[in-house]
Amino acid sequence: MNIPSWRAVLPLAAAAILAAPLAAPGGPPAAPAKATAKAPAATAPAAQDIQAEPPPFTEGIFPCSQCHDKAGDPTPRQLAFHDDLQAELHHGPPTRWCLDCHDNAKRDFLHLINGKQIPFTESYELCGQCHGDKFRDWKVGVHGKRVGMWNGKKTYFLCVNCHNPHNPRFKALKPEPPPIPPQEQGR
Amino acid sequence: MSDRNRLPVIQEGPAGCGAESPSRRDFLRTAAAGAVIAAVSGCKPDAVVEELQRRHLSELSKDQLQAMLGKLEKKWSAQFGKPVTVGARQPIPGVNFGYGLDLSRCIGCRRCVYACVKENNQSRKNPQIQWIRVLQMEKDHGVSLEHATPYYNPEKVPEPGHFYMPVQCQQCRHPPCTKVCPVKATWKTEDGIVVIDYDWCIGCRCCTAACPYGARKFNWAEPNLPAAEMNPVTDYLGNRPRPMGVVEKCTFCLQRSREGRYPACVEICPVGARKFGNLLDPESEIRQVMDRKRVFVFKEELATEPQFYYFYAT
Repeated sequence: MNIPSWRAVLPLAAAAILAAPLAAPGGPPAAPAKATAKAPAATAPAAQDIQAEPPPFTEGIFPCSQCHDKAGDPTPRQLAFHDDLQAELHHGPPTRWCLDCHDNAKRDFLHLINGKQIPFTESYELCGQCHGDKFRDWKVGVHGKRVGMWNGKKTYFLCVNCHNPHNPRFKALKPEPPPIPPQEQGR
Repeated sequence: MSDRNRLPVIQEGPAGCGAESPSRRDFLRTAAAGAVIAAVSGCKPDAVVEELQRRHLSELSKDQLQAMLGKLEKKWSAQFGKPVTVGARQPIPGVNFGYGLDLSRCIGCRRCVYACVKENNQSRKNPQIQWIRVLQMEKDHGVSLEHATPYYNPEKVPEPGHFYMPVQCQQCRHPPCTKVCPVKATWKTEDGIVVIDYDWCIGCRCCTAACPYGARKFNWAEPNLPAAEMNPVTDYLGNRPRPMGVVEKCTFCLQRSREGRYPACVEICPVGARKFGNLLDPESEIRQVMDRKRVFVFKEELATEPQFYYFYAT
């Protein structure tokens, strides 16, 4: 148990954890596969879509069970250790608490409201409990990003590839340079 | 409706000359003759003669087309110092492309602009050519060109009170640009993409004036394309290097999309605001957008019927 490295890692970890291995064995969500074009003739048949590589873990952070080997105190409180994560937690009401999403008994898993444990690779199920409209859109490719073939195999990104689950609002970016006005182009 | 296809100016040509302007034909014959004379006198204009004598792309046989592409590949491979391929990809049967852009997501970061420049071998500066123009608009005024600027440059985007509307070729179903072309150097293809034969373009810029979206860009000077940054996978009607004095514009990255890949702007977008697919496939992403979201086309009142749709996901 190497506490220092963990601390450094935590902000990342949350997002990173959600990802782990590629295309879940249980199969990716039904819908993204469905979006694969059944275009007339010549185009690719139902190809298995690929889940994007999640943001990388910081070394030594996962599995969580390295430290959390058994269920802990479930009472919401000010944490002494994961305090940095707690500080940046801006997701829904202030009463939001780690164990709303993270499973207490099996720390390497998340859990749904109904208690079902899900791996980090299927975190979209968890997000979809509250964000059902986005979840529906995401499943058919209207929300979120995909790369690859419009008529075949594509890589789809998880919620956590773009949204930090602890602080999900999309961060502002520095824009690329503006175009040069014609009067400055010196024809 | 014939008035859709022709403008009175063009109709003045002699009957039976097809869509091509007779004056261009005559001019080329004269020019070719001149070149032959030059050849006799010792210059080596074979290539020039051949180029001037070539027929419209639609009239070329397969062999002629291949020969022409081969020559271009050789020329540009030498010029850019890497193996350049020039394809002539055909529309995929049963495909009609549609593009969706989510105005509620776009943050105006311009990543798409530069991904496009890179993929499509646009001139980097002097002249600077960009097929995508991102307009910053005011939420108070909605989609209004009177309250829009492409020159915003804050530290961070999005800026409060503003939204962003990227504009590129809308691939209209009734494209005003192709109607006004006096030499048929630009036309609409079966998968919906409006293409330009840069070798056939005479640089009159009628199309640039006709386009209500400002989508067409003119090479006022010799394009400035650094060899190291040149994308060697090209298509004759798409991203191949252009000469000075011709018009160019977005082609939905036909060198990619006709091979089943997403256009470069779709893949770069950090917020997933750009959607692309086959309008004829009910399961495609673009159709899902049209089924579920509030969709509009830009300048609908002009009846250009774009295949580029803006929508609000939220």
